[in-house]
Amino acid sequence: MSEILDLTAAAAAERVRAGELDPAELFDAYRERAAAEELNAFTWVADGPPANGDYKSAPLGGVPLAVKDLFCTEGVPSQAGSKILEGYRPPYTATVVRKLAEAGAPLLGKTNQDEFAMGSSNENSGFGPVLNPWDRTRVPGGSSGGSAAAVTAGLAPWAIGTDTGGSIRQPAALCGLVGLKPTYGACSRYGMIAFASSLDQAGPLTRNVTDAALLFSHMVGRDHCDSTSLAFPGELAPPKAQDLNGIRLGVPEELTGEGGGIEPGVRENFEATLKVAERLGASIEPCQLPHAPHALSAYYLIAPAEASANLARFDGVRYGLRVDGDKDLLTMYTHTRAAGFGPEVKRRIMLGTYALSSGYYDAYYGTAQKVRTKISDDFRAAFERFDFVVTPTSPWTAFELGAKTDDPLAMYLNDFCTVPMSLAGIPAISIPSGLSDALPVGFQLAGPAFSEQRLLDAAYALEQAIGFDGSSARR
Amino acid sequence: MARLARLELSDDEVQRMASELSHVLDHIEKIGELDLEGVPPTSHVVDVTNVLRQDVPVPSFPREVILAAAPEPLEGGFGVPSPGASPE
Amino acid sequence: MTSGLTVAGVDYEPVIGLEIHVQLKTVTKMFCGCELSFGDEPNSHCCAVCLGLPGALPVVNERAIHFGLMIGLAFGCEIADRSLFHRKNYFYPDSPKGYQISQYDVPLCLGGQVGDVRIHRVHLEEDAAKLNHIGASGRIHGADRSWVDFNRCGTPLVEIVTEPDLHSSEHARDWLRLLRSTLRVLGVSDVNMEEGSLRCDANVSVRPVGSAEYGTKTELKNMNSFRFLERGVRAEIDRQIGLLNAGEPVVQETLHFDPTSGDLTSLRSKEEAHDYRYFPEPDLVPLLATETMVAAARADLPELPADRAQRFERDLGLSAESARLLGFRTELGDYFERALAADGDDPIALANWIPPLIERIGSDQDPADSKVAPESLAALAAMVGAKEVSRDAARDVLTKLVEEGGDPREIVAREGLGALSGEDGGLAALVDAAIASDPDAAEEVRGGNRRAIGPLVGYVMRESKGRADGGEVTRLILERLQTG
Repeated sequence: MSEILDLTAAAAAERVRAGELDPAELFDAYRERAAAEELNAFTWVADGPPANGDYKSAPLGGVPLAVKDLFCTEGVPSQAGSKILEGYRPPYTATVVRKLAEAGAPLLGKTNQDEFAMGSSNENSGFGPVLNPWDRTRVPGGSSGGSAAAVTAGLAPWAIGTDTGGSIRQPAALCGLVGLKPTYGACSRYGMIAFASSLDQAGPLTRNVTDAALLFSHMVGRDHCDSTSLAFPGELAPPKAQDLNGIRLGVPEELTGEGGGIEPGVRENFEATLKVAERLGASIEPCQLPHAPHALSAYYLIAPAEASANLARFDGVRYGLRVDGDKDLLTMYTHTRAAGFGPEVKRRIMLGTYALSSGYYDAYYGTAQKVRTKISDDFRAAFERFDFVVTPTSPWTAFELGAKTDDPLAMYLNDFCTVPMSLAGIPAISIPSGLSDALPVGFQLAGPAFSEQRLLDAAYALEQAIGFDGSSARR
Repeated sequence: MARLARLELSDDEVQRMASELSHVLDHIEKIGELDLEGVPPTSHVVDVTNVLRQDVPVPSFPREVILAAAPEPLEGGFGVPSPGASPE
Repeated sequence: MTSGLTVAGVDYEPVIGLEIHVQLKTVTKMFCGCELSFGDEPNSHCCAVCLGLPGALPVVNERAIHFGLMIGLAFGCEIADRSLFHRKNYFYPDSPKGYQISQYDVPLCLGGQVGDVRIHRVHLEEDAAKLNHIGASGRIHGADRSWVDFNRCGTPLVEIVTEPDLHSSEHARDWLRLLRSTLRVLGVSDVNMEEGSLRCDANVSVRPVGSAEYGTKTELKNMNSFRFLERGVRAEIDRQIGLLNAGEPVVQETLHFDPTSGDLTSLRSKEEAHDYRYFPEPDLVPLLATETMVAAARADLPELPADRAQRFERDLGLSAESARLLGFRTELGDYFERALAADGDDPIALANWIPPLIERIGSDQDPADSKVAPESLAALAAMVGAKEVSRDAARDVLTKLVEEGGDPREIVAREGLGALSGEDGGLAALVDAAIASDPDAAEEVRGGNRRAIGPLVGYVMRESKGRADGGEVTRLILERLQTG
């Protein structure tokens, strides 16, 4: 059993394809652990392996996949962490999940998340918080907290999540995993329950860079059901860089400077990681992203605005929760939504509605979209001098449950290093770079649009040199 | 604002949310200090245009599937309380 | 002209603008591949997208764009190089996403003209679902429960907004007819008001003649026939004049006109107008009207009503009035051209037979739906031209054709309506009898007073039951009186 669990997803796939490992056995090993878990990482677990599982010729070798609950999975509950969708079973499957299943990664279970992907700690779920396997009094990060906890604790070999402002990268950092947010448009959003349409992206959460690259390569591709999806240029090859020779890394002062609020332990680890990079041949210099300090503000206007419209469909008419359907229409609407949405979702809907309202649009949403343009410009300028921009992924390690729930603003600050990349639509990866007070720390690399191959290669080189071992969390 | 968003909030919630939101807005409003004269807003992140589909039918869902999740199936459709004469 | 526009010595002029929604005749919906339908079993043409299921995304129908461009070109609009879709946010059971994907400040077309009315803008959007009501009347007032059918939801719509260039209820009605013809000819819509593929709202205000300012306008919603529109607008004009005359202000509001009772009821005050919180649709990308797309739309343009009228006048020699009638009412022009194909000797004469035909079948009807085949009308016109039947008798034949259809020659033979001519003697006998019956009149005519011939002609016409040709009768009488 533990032998199976120790296999990385890529290694397991190879064994299956070589006929050395029975995919059903692999599935059951994980399924049992998932079903017995105590982290509240899963909201649904499959009963058993898929019936006709012949994975010998499947690229992903039948390695089971944990899927964040907001991906629609036909006939299987897809609740987006919200009571308003409790028990909802969609009649179709998200494109990305379908592609992965076709490539040989069957659905193991649906993972818990912050409600409608709004949150950075997975404490906003309508189905209870998720616990961090490294320390169960602490949060795993969010919003893809369930996916992160599942992979970290060895309940799933790999998982997919979604990243809107950091929701893959930040939990990856807090849980010691690799998390990749792709270029906006690289993966189809069809079937992903929408939070912020111009920011949401699906991505892998895995134990290592090789697994992430493998999973990612089967997620990309233009989808005719998603008008904003793009064809990924070129083929993605497994990463194998051994060094960072000639790679220029830029460290943005605005995000990593003293006033940034980065925890000392995280800062220490960041500096140490930069040294590792240097030893691998990278050059490190400061870079400017002048509008980065405003990224959080722009994000917290744009994302809630789009969300307020995306969540308007939850009205009790066609699916999901309905409250007081025997009263008048307005009452049904307001009571259904009041009962079904948690406080963070309500906050953001209100904020978003306000940002778009007549008289305020220009000052809020309109201005935020201009700030967004400037942030994209800043990155473009930076990438003329640097290959990648690097930052700590999260300003702090996993905090205690309940530590930030009273102060929304404090919670929003979790994302200040990850949000700028989301606004610019550029790819960014977080890799575990060590521990601080026995808790994982993440290191983020961001590159220009469609630079995922080079990003994965650089991350791989760094990962090999760092030698992070997350197996202790995989009891 | 709550009515626009079709959310019913208790008095407590209204108070708490108002203060939370104004706190958040104080922080956010700093972007108003930036000089953004002549900057075009990013209305679309991907640099493509004219993503169109051909006018050919794709099978619809079977009716039972469509109505399966309906909270109130009624007369072959989705039952709701009768609205007032026009959208609120 | 609408009556009652001068009240207490003040001349008022109505100022009317129309907002028209047209369902496009594509095969599939605006943003998904579900087929369009009418009258099918409820909720049988829906998918994740048009149901607004979580995770669904829209993809634009290229044919809807093509039709939109055709409309823009036909109207002479300025086509936007780049236009955007926007979300229009509001809650209602017929709107599954809680927003409608429409166009806002960057629409597909701006400006243009149809007939004598300027177009303000033309844009694309999606139709809402159909709300049905269960209750005594099936109407929304007094219903307890409603239910939603999403078959219609997502149908491509074109919204056409005019400038306030319409100046009477008749003008509005006639112009809407022209618009409908034009859209029919374009082949972009069924434009059937009863089925809802053409829907019309009117913005109505009045002001004293000569005033530079506009009066407060009200909105009349959903008038689903030309008559309904004409009466509703007229009623509203009268109501507003009444208010102003009594010194009361007109309040901005939305009204519904009940055609049976003639009542105007307020639906809601427009001041509580929605804050639609428009923002660019992030799930769609900008639309560029490329040269290729515009050229393709232009190539698909058929002859438009105004052009057809011009052609009739220029090439066929029709009078301006006749050309206008047949050009602007497509169905009449189509019918006319089919008749002309059967017998094209005398287009002017043939054209003149259209008005009597539509008088008989109903001015709103399409002659192609009647029992009178175009070939039959052409044959009838030819018979009159060849003096085989008098004009009066021909009218009777036409009436019969409308009632029973068939061949005019056969009807003439059967009913004995053939023209009486001077040659076969039947007419000559009547002429003699007429002269004998009124010697005074005969004397007058002999004396040079041509006008006195009237009673004599009338006698013959009566006795011949209209089978004689009036001109022929006059000629024979004069001949007779000259010689005998």
